[in-house]
This record gives sequence, C-alpha cells and structure tokens, in this order.
Amino acid sequence: MGNHSDGSPNHSGTVATAGQNEVEKFQDPGIPPHRLRLADTDPKAAKRAERQVALLFGISVVGTLIFLVAYFAIDLGSGESTIGTIRLQNMLLGLGTAFAMLGIGTGIVHWAKALMPDHEVSEERHAIRYEEDRQAAVRIVDDIVEETGIKRRPLIRNTLLGAVALAPLPAVAIFGDLGPRPDEKLAHTMWAPQDGKLKRLARDPDGTPIRAADVTIGSAFHVIPEGLNELHEGKLNEKAKAVVLLMRLDPDSLNPSEGREDWGYNGIVAYSKICTHVGCPVALYEQQTHHLLCPCHQSTFDLTQECKVIFGPASRPLPQLPIAVDDEGYLVATSDFKEPVGPSYWERDMHERSVNS
Amino acid sequence: MSAASTAEPAFAAKTKTGRFTDFVDSRVGGSGILREFGRKVFPDHWSFMFGEVALYSFVILLLSGTFLTFFFDPSMAETHYDGSYVPLKGVEMSVAYNSSLDISFDVRGGLFMRQVHHWAALLFVASIAVHMLRVFFTGAFRRPREMNWVVGGVLLILAMAAGFTGYSLPDDLLSGNGLRIIDGVIKSIPVIGTYISFFLFGGEFPGTAIIGRLYVLHILLVPALILLMIVLHLFMVVIHKHTQYPGPGRNDNNVVGYPLGPVYAAKAGGFFFIVFGVLALMAGFFTINPIWNYGPYDPSPVSAGTQPDWYIGFVDGALRLMPGTLGDWQVEQDWFGYVFSFNVLLPALVPAGILFTVMFMYPWIERWITKDDREHHVLDRPRNAPTRTAIGMAGFVWYCVMWAAAGSDLIATHFGVSLNDVTYWLRTLFFVGPIIAFIVTKRVALALQRKDREIALHGRETGRIVRLPHGEFIEVHAPLDEYKRYKLVGFESPEVLPAVPNEHGVVTRKEKRRAFLSKWFFEDRVAPATPAELEAAHGHGHAAVEAPEEAKSLSH
Repeated sequence: MGNHSDGSPNHSGTVATAGQNEVEKFQDPGIPPHRLRLADTDPKAAKRAERQVALLFGISVVGTLIFLVAYFAIDLGSGESTIGTIRLQNMLLGLGTAFAMLGIGTGIVHWAKALMPDHEVSEERHAIRYEEDRQAAVRIVDDIVEETGIKRRPLIRNTLLGAVALAPLPAVAIFGDLGPRPDEKLAHTMWAPQDGKLKRLARDPDGTPIRAADVTIGSAFHVIPEGLNELHEGKLNEKAKAVVLLMRLDPDSLNPSEGREDWGYNGIVAYSKICTHVGCPVALYEQQTHHLLCPCHQSTFDLTQECKVIFGPASRPLPQLPIAVDDEGYLVATSDFKEPVGPSYWERDMHERSVNS
Repeated sequence: MSAASTAEPAFAAKTKTGRFTDFVDSRVGGSGILREFGRKVFPDHWSFMFGEVALYSFVILLLSGTFLTFFFDPSMAETHYDGSYVPLKGVEMSVAYNSSLDISFDVRGGLFMRQVHHWAALLFVASIAVHMLRVFFTGAFRRPREMNWVVGGVLLILAMAAGFTGYSLPDDLLSGNGLRIIDGVIKSIPVIGTYISFFLFGGEFPGTAIIGRLYVLHILLVPALILLMIVLHLFMVVIHKHTQYPGPGRNDNNVVGYPLGPVYAAKAGGFFFIVFGVLALMAGFFTINPIWNYGPYDPSPVSAGTQPDWYIGFVDGALRLMPGTLGDWQVEQDWFGYVFSFNVLLPALVPAGILFTVMFMYPWIERWITKDDREHHVLDRPRNAPTRTAIGMAGFVWYCVMWAAAGSDLIATHFGVSLNDVTYWLRTLFFVGPIIAFIVTKRVALALQRKDREIALHGRETGRIVRLPHGEFIEVHAPLDEYKRYKLVGFESPEVLPAVPNEHGVVTRKEKRRAFLSKWFFEDRVAPATPAELEAAHGHGHAAVEAPEEAKSLSH
C-alpha cells in the first residue's frame, strides 16, 4: 500500500512546507479506559491465580531442596569422583538454584500482574529545579567567587594553578618502581652463546636436543634453547622471547638473501615463533604451501621468502635464527637473533642497530 | 500515610506495620523519603528492563565474586598440580591457575560459582550495551538526561575493564595469550609504550606481577568505580524520573505508570530473581571458559580458533582487519630511528575512539543541530527520528563488522570458505557496511512512518473484500479508535532550520554547517497526520484503496 510515486524526498507524502502556519494537531484523548482483568471480576479466577502464585513459591522450595541434596549427597572427595561427577553436581546445583530463584521471581511477578491493582496512574512531573532556587544558586556561586577575590588577584590564582598542576607529579613518580627500566632487555634472548659455547636447539617442552639427522624434509619442530627448563627464575620470560620453529624444506625452494646463506643447514631453517604483530605464537605450519600462520590474527609468513608477510596485520618478517651443526651432529644456534624478536616497540630499530654493531 | 505522623502527637498508627513504620521513622526521619518514593509512578515497558538486567547482573557478580575471592590465590609462583583433575596431575603451573582448578574441581559448588560469575559478567556488559541502544534509539539521552548518558557510557567502559581484568586472572593459556596481545598493543604506543609494558608487567612479559596487579584492580578499584557510577546513574534517574513511550495520556509534564509500591516494586524485585534463575540455568548447563582444557599459560603453544570474551571482540577484530603490508610497503614505519607501529596503533585506537567519542558527544551534536533545548520526557519511536535511527544503525553495523572479524577464522572453517576472502569481504564491509545500513535504515523508517500515516488516515485493513455496484472490488478499511490513532499521530517532527544570522547580521560558518546538517537530518521528514487530513480522507466517502493518491494530493 506504499506511496509508490514518492520519488524525490521533497515530494513525499508530507506536509512539511516551510513557512506554513503551525499545523493543527490531534487532541490527546487521555489515558485509555481501564480494562478489568478476569481476576478482578471473577473470584474463581482470583482464587486460581492465588493458587498459581503459591505453587510457584512451592517450586522454589523444591529447588532449594534439590540444591542442598546435590551439595551434600555428591561427594567430590571420594576417589571415585570424576569429571562426570563434577558435571552432574554442577548441573544439579544450577537446576536447584534456577528453580529456587525462578520460583520466587515468577511467583512475585505473577502475583503483581494478576492480583495487585493494575490501574495505570498519572503523576505530574516536577521541575528539576525551581526558578527561585536556580537564581539563588547562581547568585551564591557568584558571591563565593567574588568573596574569594580570585578574579581581582591574578597572582594568587596563577600561583595556585601552578602549584596544583605540579602537585600530582609525585603521585605519578611514585609508581616508578612498578617495573625496571626496559634498557636493552628486549633485544637479547637466551640463544646468545654462553662462555663461548653455542646453544643447542632442544625440543619444546621436554628439552631434548635435536640432531640434524632427525629433521626430515617437510617436518617441523617446536624448539626451545637448551638449558631453558633448568632455569630457576624467569623461565617464562626467556621462553616468551626464545621459542623457535624449526622446519626442513627442499634447499632449492629457499631463497636466502645476501649474508644469510649460511643461516640454515641443508634446508633446515629456524625462525622466531613470536609474531611480529602483537606477539602470539605463530604455531601453524602449512607444509604444502610453506606458510606459517598466526592463529590469533591470521598473519601469514612465507618460508620461501625468509618469512616475509604475505597476508594479515603483521608488518615485519619473522626474525631468523642462524643455525649450524656441532661435532656430535646436534643443531646449534651460531649466534643470538640479529634483531629483537616479537612485537615492535618504540626503540626497536635502535636496538637492532646496536645488536648488529 | 502512617509515616507522616511525627509532627502530630495525637496520631496513632492503627496497624502493626504502621506502628513499626512509625517507630523507625521517629528515630531516623525517613517519612519524607517514603512519602516521595512509596507511591512514585514508574512507566512500564519491556525495553526498560535491560538496565534492570545490568543492575541485577552486577549484584550477582558481587555475590559470586566474593565467594570466589575466598578460594582464589593470585600468585604467579610456580607449583605442581596435585588436585583431582587427573590429566593435569604433576604439571607445572602458577599458583593462580592451580587455585582456579581447585575452585573448579575441589571446592563443592566452586565450578558453579565460577560459571555464574563468568556468565553474569558476559550478561552484564551485554545488558549495558543493549540498554544503551534502547536509550539511543528512543532519544532518551536528550535534555535533561545528557549527563546520565555519559555516566552510562563510562559504565560500559568500566564494565569492559572489569571483564578483561577478571578474564585474565586464572592465568590459563587462553587468557595468557590475551595478555600477550595487550602487551603487544601497549608496546606499539609511541615513546612510552615499552616503559608502560615494563611497568605493567613488572619487567618483561609475562613476569610474575601481572596477575596480582590485575586482581587488585578487578576486586577493588574497578568495582568501586562501577558502584560509584551506578549510584550516580540511579540518583539522576530519580531526579529526572523515568521517560515514557508516547501514547494517549502521556506527555512531557506527566508520568503514567504503576506506583512503586506494590506493583512496580514487586515486578522489579521479582525480576531480580528471574535474572538470577536464568543465570543459574546457564551456569548449570552451559560450560563457559573451561580453563582445564587450555592448560597453564605457556608462551609457546596456542590453540587455533582463539576468541576473547565477546565485548573485547570488536577491538580484536579491528586488529585482524588491518593489513600490515600493502604490496611491498610496510604499514609499520621507521621515522627518525624510531618505530611507529601503525598496523597495531590505528586499529587498536581509532575505531574504538571514534565509536566512544561520537557516542559521548551525540546528545550535544543533536541539540546543536536541532536547537532543541527543551526537556524531553516522552520517548521517540525510532521510526519517528529516521536520521538518528539511521546513524545509530550505521554505528551498530560498523561495530558488528569488527566484532564478526574477531571470528574470521571460525567463519572460514564453519562455512568452508577461504580465510583470506572472509577478511577481504569484512575489510570492504568495514567501509561500506555503515553506509548501506544508514541508507536502508532511513528508508525503512520513512516507509514505516508513511505506513503509520496511512493507517491513521484510512484505518486498518480488515481483509474484507467488497464488490461495488459497478463491479470494482475494494477492501474495506476499519477506522482506528482515537487512542490507537493518537499513538500513530502524536509525535513531534522537527523541521529543517535554515541558517540564521547572529547579532552582527553575519551567518557564521558554523551556523551554515549547522543548517546543512539540519537539512540532511530533516529534509525528507514525514509529518504526522493532522485532523484536517483525516477529515478530508473521510470526506471521500469510503476510506478505500485510492487512499494513497488522496494523501498525496492533500499534502501540497
């Protein structure tokens, strides 16, 4: 039934013509006449509603009992308890509470709707404030400001502003010991050789070293530095920077850039597992396409292009860990990463330069 | 009322409750308050219950949260699990995660309370959001309620903060990855980002301080602020009294509804138990955040399909949508030897910034455009404010696109489509979606207004087909009664306000801009039907099928 000829807005079915006098309006007919409910006229219906409310309250009592029985009768401490027991208890506790609460709630609402008077009444709104109060309030504020003389004495005002502006500084400064200064901590990882000894690549999480011979083409390893599990302090901090993905590809499919030709070994390459976007572990390796995918925000890195970003929100390639093989055939890191790993931060470029110098 | 008795010693309450009221009143002096509130009238509408749901979920959060604090230990010290969940026996983990597992498996009812707490938190933020949508689309933010709208917006932000700090506490793998993302976002902040990250985590990520710090924020600071804001919010509701939907007998000078005692109090009080009951059902039957499946936090593993809680989703989605490289050009820039991570900064700050800025400022924007400084206590039906409704829907769709993007991988796997394509589509919708939503919503609202006009003028369709003597078939329309008609015609319809010169006779740039926006808002408005139009419609004998043409011819 629409007004199909309404092409342009100016010709829509309106009376919105500028300059026209106030359009006459419909009179408000007032609140519609009250309609009685069944329970208002029929005592039987009222009695019925009363019984229904009582029944709902009764259901609530049953719910409370269900809760208590489930709480005391199901014993989590016994050797027999399994995840199934806990699920059952949880379900019964939920059911009991639900009946207990819904019984009371629906009972009261039903009581209010069916039996309490349902006459809609109209109440006048009062002004939020009265004209007299309002003028008095403005006058009082003016008087207060006037009596302080703050407008006439700019010296007082300005020194006070200065003092108040500076006073919170200690409150900010006192939080200075919340953490240490960052310094260059983010630029270094556990992979740096210790006492001239190169760090072996070890399996995550058990920490057994990896032989180059164990890495077949197409396989991938989650790697941690040797000795990480033996750390007593800051283990997670080190792990959050040092985790690495190790993969072996056909050496011909890798295209190492100048200076990085010897960072791999026989097609075995190691890249930081911490995403350069916001730091999730880049945990998914697509063997067929040689892509690494971050499950958090779907940044995709191409192994054959030195982990260049080919999709998603990351901007920088994953840092590569230079690796080689030691006398016993185990994979080792020949040095630390040549750049800071993980998400970018303000001083990152500075740190990268200092790492390489 | 028996409570008003202190001034007249001769007065004696006749009933037992009356004497009790009198006893209390003569000692604390509450008769004035009782007189003001005992029978205060509250309008009734289902859409007014969202705010109540939020309030009640908060109460339930306080109750269940207090229980959880008795058993939770926010320490990040290392320990080995020795509880009754067999698959994790002997696994190295933090004390916080250990105690969360104990709450789940070794404290009777602990799992239930954890689930009640988590579901209530999700419902708390959701009900605040839906309540705000209701307030926006019905124009309830207009004078005198602008400041209460702002308080509500602050409550939404605080609710999200409470949710996120709580979500991280169990120190499980999923929430640990959430913190890792927060750390990455913080590090992208220019100049001070690295320092903030080190201060927050007490050193390098993850450190051993963050859970304890978040715990204090979660159980002390944030809830205290929320409580303060709720008090402010409700205080202002009392001052303003509640808004009411338009209808016969309702205007800006009155409140039509039920008295607080007993009907409204009973309904609202009963509703608390209903909200509690529904949350208990959800907690009993639907698992939420099964931390024992995720394992303790470890920076190395991550499960595919990771999701934040729903209210953080839109920020996570924005992070996913932003491309980090355009061709070979990196969005992250190195300027003057420092790093500007625009690929993280822009999506993390800009969309949320725009949404919240426009949201907070909207009451003043509309007041400026309409020059309407009157008090409004009668709500708008959304269709009767088409441009506002369209703006709201555009913002809502924008939010939803970002929110959907947080599940882009799940969309791809569930529907068997390419993840990259899903992202490309969502990137397109990020820009196009709000525009489409605006146009469609505005057209739908205008169409509904025209439909209202037609029903008001020509009555409703009866479905009765009558054949006229000359062979024509018409459908008979039944006229509306005056109460139903008033509902369709009794609304305000602001008009375009052209630019006016100021006292110097100059039309300022700002005024021109205002006039332009006013035109954009109201030029295609549909005016409410008038009695004269109704008269004319009836003057044609049958209110029948030719009606639209009549309405049109009348309108010029």
